[in-house]
Amino acid sequence: MATSTLPARGDRKVSSSILLKTIMAASGLFFIGYLLLHMYGNLMILSGREAFDEYAHHIRTFGEPMLPEKGLLWVLRIGLLAALVAHVWSGMALWRRARGARSVRYVKKRAGYGNFYAAAMRWGGLALLAFVAFHLMHFTWQTVTIGEAHASPAARVIDSFSHWWGVGIYALAMFFLGMHLLHGIWGAAMTLGLNTSLRRAEQIRLTSIVITTIIVVGFLIPPFAILFGLVD
Amino acid sequence: MTDMLIDGLYREGEPIADTKAPDVADISQMWTERKFDAALVNPANRRKLDVIIVGTGLAGAAAGATLGEAGYNVKSFCYQDSPRRAHSIAAQGGINAAKNYKGDGDSIHRLFYDTVKGGDYRSRESNVYRLAEVSADIIDQCVAQGVPFAREYGGLLDNRSFGGVQVSRTFYARGQTGQQLLIGAYQALERQVGAGTVQMYSRHEMLEVIVVDDGDGQGPRARGIIARDLVTGEIETHLADVVVLATGGYGNVFFLSTNAMGSNVTAAWRAHRKGAYFGNPCYTQIHPTCIPQTGEHQSKLTLMSESLRNDGRIWVPKRAEDCEKDPRQIAEEDRDYYLERIYPGFGNLVPRDIASRQAKNMCDEGRGVGPAVDGVRRGVYLDFADAISRLGEDAVRSKYGNLFDMYERITGENPYQVPMRIYPAVHYTMGGLWVDYDLQSTIPGLFVTGEANFSDHGANRLGASALMQGLADGYFVLPNTIRDYLAKGPYPKLDESHPAVVEAQRSVQDRVERLVSVNGTRSVDSYHRELGKIMWEKCGMERTDAGLREAIEEIRALRQDFWTNVRVLGTPEGLNQSLERAGRVADFLELGELMCIDALHRRESCGGHFRAESQTEDGEALRDDDEFAYVAAWEWGGDGGAPVLHKEDLVYEHIELKQRSYK
Amino acid sequence: MKLALSIWRQDNPKVPGRMVRYDIDGVSEDSSFLEMLDLLNEQLTEKGEEPVAFDSDCREGICGTCGVVINGEAHGPERTTTCQLHMRSFKDGDEIVIEPWRADPFPVIKDLVVDRSAFDRIIAAGGFISANTGSAPDAHATPVPKEHADRAFMAAECIGCGACVAACPNGSGSLFMGAKITHLGELPQGQPERDARVAAMTHQHDAEGFGGCTNLGECTRACPKGIPLNVISQMNADLRHAGYGR
Ligand SMILES: Cc1cc2nc3c(=O)[nH]c(=O)nc-3n(C[C@H](O)[C@H](O)[C@H](O)COP(=O)(O)OP(=O)(O)OC[C@H]3O[C@@H](n4cnc5c(N)ncnc54)[C@H](O)[C@@H]3O)c2cc1C
Ligand code: HEM
Ligand code: SF4
Ligand code: FES
Repeated sequence: MATSTLPARGDRKVSSSILLKTIMAASGLFFIGYLLLHMYGNLMILSGREAFDEYAHHIRTFGEPMLPEKGLLWVLRIGLLAALVAHVWSGMALWRRARGARSVRYVKKRAGYGNFYAAAMRWGGLALLAFVAFHLMHFTWQTVTIGEAHASPAARVIDSFSHWWGVGIYALAMFFLGMHLLHGIWGAAMTLGLNTSLRRAEQIRLTSIVITTIIVVGFLIPPFAILFGLVD
Repeated sequence: MTDMLIDGLYREGEPIADTKAPDVADISQMWTERKFDAALVNPANRRKLDVIIVGTGLAGAAAGATLGEAGYNVKSFCYQDSPRRAHSIAAQGGINAAKNYKGDGDSIHRLFYDTVKGGDYRSRESNVYRLAEVSADIIDQCVAQGVPFAREYGGLLDNRSFGGVQVSRTFYARGQTGQQLLIGAYQALERQVGAGTVQMYSRHEMLEVIVVDDGDGQGPRARGIIARDLVTGEIETHLADVVVLATGGYGNVFFLSTNAMGSNVTAAWRAHRKGAYFGNPCYTQIHPTCIPQTGEHQSKLTLMSESLRNDGRIWVPKRAEDCEKDPRQIAEEDRDYYLERIYPGFGNLVPRDIASRQAKNMCDEGRGVGPAVDGVRRGVYLDFADAISRLGEDAVRSKYGNLFDMYERITGENPYQVPMRIYPAVHYTMGGLWVDYDLQSTIPGLFVTGEANFSDHGANRLGASALMQGLADGYFVLPNTIRDYLAKGPYPKLDESHPAVVEAQRSVQDRVERLVSVNGTRSVDSYHRELGKIMWEKCGMERTDAGLREAIEEIRALRQDFWTNVRVLGTPEGLNQSLERAGRVADFLELGELMCIDALHRRESCGGHFRAESQTEDGEALRDDDEFAYVAAWEWGGDGGAPVLHKEDLVYEHIELKQRSYK
Repeated sequence: MKLALSIWRQDNPKVPGRMVRYDIDGVSEDSSFLEMLDLLNEQLTEKGEEPVAFDSDCREGICGTCGVVINGEAHGPERTTTCQLHMRSFKDGDEIVIEPWRADPFPVIKDLVVDRSAFDRIIAAGGFISANTGSAPDAHATPVPKEHADRAFMAAECIGCGACVAACPNGSGSLFMGAKITHLGELPQGQPERDARVAAMTHQHDAEGFGGCTNLGECTRACPKGIPLNVISQMNADLRHAGYGR
């Protein structure tokens, strides 16, 4: 007998979308932890070239002789790479699912937080991915140079950020990062179950604004300081 | 049966009586006795027994879940897109239960007494006693399911007193009691859907009951239904061993009511045409505190909790010429607080029927307020100015805030500043298919529960008792009585090719096709509106001999016109909402006539039925127990024929009959 | 009032739909949005055009049957159900775009009517407390602390209308689901099945083809009952506690 209630679409072996989100949250928070460390390191340049070069050397030799040279760096690199793959892969999976859940689009779409951030997280995430690649080519592999090539890390940094467009690229990236974090930190807290009341929700919003500001401002201080000649 | 037509309208047949209530002197033992006597069904056999339940309101969903849990093979139907949307969801106030959690002297007997008295001594003692008896179990069951009733700080359930009753026995969940109870029952039902014992057919409308003599010498019985799949338009046959109707009330015969848009009488009416007697069709309850109609465009009326009358004062201007004025400009001495004037003892807290009728009287005198619809202003003020100055706006807000918001949303007026306008509206129908103690109709194998049966409320229902009755029927009564019937099954195997089944299917098909092929000029809604007006004017709050006779003529003419001039566009295939409505209105057009005949024959006033000819000197309802202490059970007289009245005498052995007085 | 309506017309689930423009006059400010559509349908019927199909039942904002997207907003500009939205929220001469809930798990049946039975199947998968009729202890056997009772009630107010799905850029049913999980999870009666419930319901949700939540919050902004986002967070925590149902 016909029934007008359509049957469930079978037991597609789908991985839980909440699990995917949890992977995003965990990997995202791992990034944030790394970013805070990274930012702290970058700020060293304000104390002068030597301090910065020493710091750059120090992270390469950290833990020796227990760890081989660049040991910590490699642990971090592998961790970051794994996190990046997991983060991007889960993000793509959720994106695909979201598109599949609305194959006929609205004729009239409301402009608002949700529609903005749905796009901002995804396209903005891709922009961040592109930036990460650029950033690695710039400072790690040194296949791209801004200004001239230098052996000293500090010299590389200072030369790069003496050019306004070098600062521009990084500032743009920080804009995308800031946007990503504003919603990302809030989202991670939601995903991890930390939002338990309306008051708590306000606190999480506030926290995400504070952390985002610290990271964005912290990363932008050295380039601008260099541009304005405050670092020699 | 009388050969002569009485009043030219109906005949009188043999009296009818309930034969199922056990003959025990102690009324408190009756239900225990019946449960014991009712045969049991071996668990292994239950899977082989098919039960059809039409309706997923409190009565239907509770029964579906319970019978599913017991292991019967249940098919459940509703016209909405989900069982969770049945109209029970709209109930606001609360549900009664004789728990005596407040220790204020409540008991089964007191609830029984209050219900019989509230019903103006027109209900059956045995049924009402049972209702009071199982009421406590309902609360236990709902709490176990997770229904979030209001609680006190100690974590125990809160109660309030409701509808002028002296004890606090009403359990509630803010203003959403019906919703919470229904969702509890719905979840239990869905659990059985998941378990495979219940098959759910939503967006299906039952259009006929299949009554078959299956040849075992027991005569005809209900063996299934014909339903239309509202999505595909397919007319489907569903066969079973027993059929339960839990299809709700028929207040929508008045077009404007507080019922949901889709509430209808079709299921009950189709069963009536197949032999089920219709009990007390004229008993309708009219609720005094609804938001008035604002214009012709209006599709329904919205109820606001009666509790507003605890603090609001009801008035109209003394002079008709003041009615257009801003109410705040009308001086105190120019206002008529008519309830306080006429009933100094009870004031604004008189029972629903009295408050409603007086509001109508004021408007009929030309002293109504608000926008005029059809040239008459139908509204009276419910003023909180006194309460606000006495208690402060905050106190009023905390008590009634959500109601005030609802009022403002609908009317666009701020009731903290301008008096509210209210007017009575049809709300509940006490009448319905006649059933015995087992809830079985006069068609064997057809059981009727909830508001769809003629119920336990006599001529007037007490607040918070309908939810109680729906769940009592669904969880506790029907599952026990239906097994007595099912124990005699499985009934002979029936085929869709059986002539009676084919005939039922064909008649539905024909009717559907007829509706779309009339292709006249008037929309379905325009007929419904016109019928509603006739019913409201002549079979509403006050009924007269002459008015009812006119109404009968008008309804007959309207019905005739409907079948020659209605316009239903689209095809019977696929979703067609005009077609759905047309079928429902066609049945209302038949029911309306029977309601008027019933109202005409009952030449007394009782409960929600006020006959102008039967009133005391000062205009109060006058009951006539010598002549009318009976249930009027009407038998279908055939198309163009006259209905046949069967009387069930009401005998009061445990409660003494008294006349009500509120002066 | 005079209005220019653009309405989605679609004959059945299998054919594509299209926007059709209707001009309507004589709309009362006091009428509800659905009464405005009733009036349009009366006028269409007069002209011999098939009326627009849309769902509604209680018209009091409680049954959850109604719901259309109005100018890109589920249930329109006010925080209420479509049936409780009144025309005084619009201006004379407004253009109004009316579309159905758009989500693949809610296929369009006709015009503005969609099939939301996916919600029923999510409930059938686990949105209940298993308490057979007659097996219940006395209602006062288990007191419920008031703050738990209140939170359960807040979550239980969901009317299952589906606006959250319609408004969600991801087409996720998380707010609906989180509301039920929070309602039952706050009560002592709901504890025994708490882990199994969240695992079964979220699994069914994903299997129905709803999108995953990314915490955007459009759902709660559209929800006529104001169900807050923390019910989703609760669901996430509960699912983690349940070991993601593995
Ligand atoms: C606004 C309002 C407030 C109320 N407040 C209270 C209150 O505070 N306390 C109280 O005790 N009572 C109250 N009542 C009364 C009470 O809500 C109802 O009497 C009761 O809920 C009826 O339940 P039911 O199960 O019999 O029917 P319903 O809940 O009306 O369910 C009818 C079911 O039958 C189905 N159905 C109907 N016809 C067909 C058909 N032809 N084919 C297929 N399916 C069909 C429907 O789909 C639905 O599932 C109120 C009523 C209203 C209108
Ligand atoms: C600098 C590195 C990054 C950080 C610190 C970061 C951080 C985060 C965090 C904390 C979340 C929230 C997870 C949740 O909602 O539970 C998130 C979500 C997301 N991230 Fe990243 N991320 C980074 C890089 C990227 C990159 C390179 C992409 C590229 C595709 C990306 C794509 C996304 C997407 C699509 C989401 C989706 C969730 C949503 O829409 O809310 N992120 N990110
Ligand atoms: S959560 Fe809100 S929007 Fe979603 S179904 Fe429930 S009531 Fe509707
Ligand atoms: S029609 Fe019931 S909520 Fe709108």
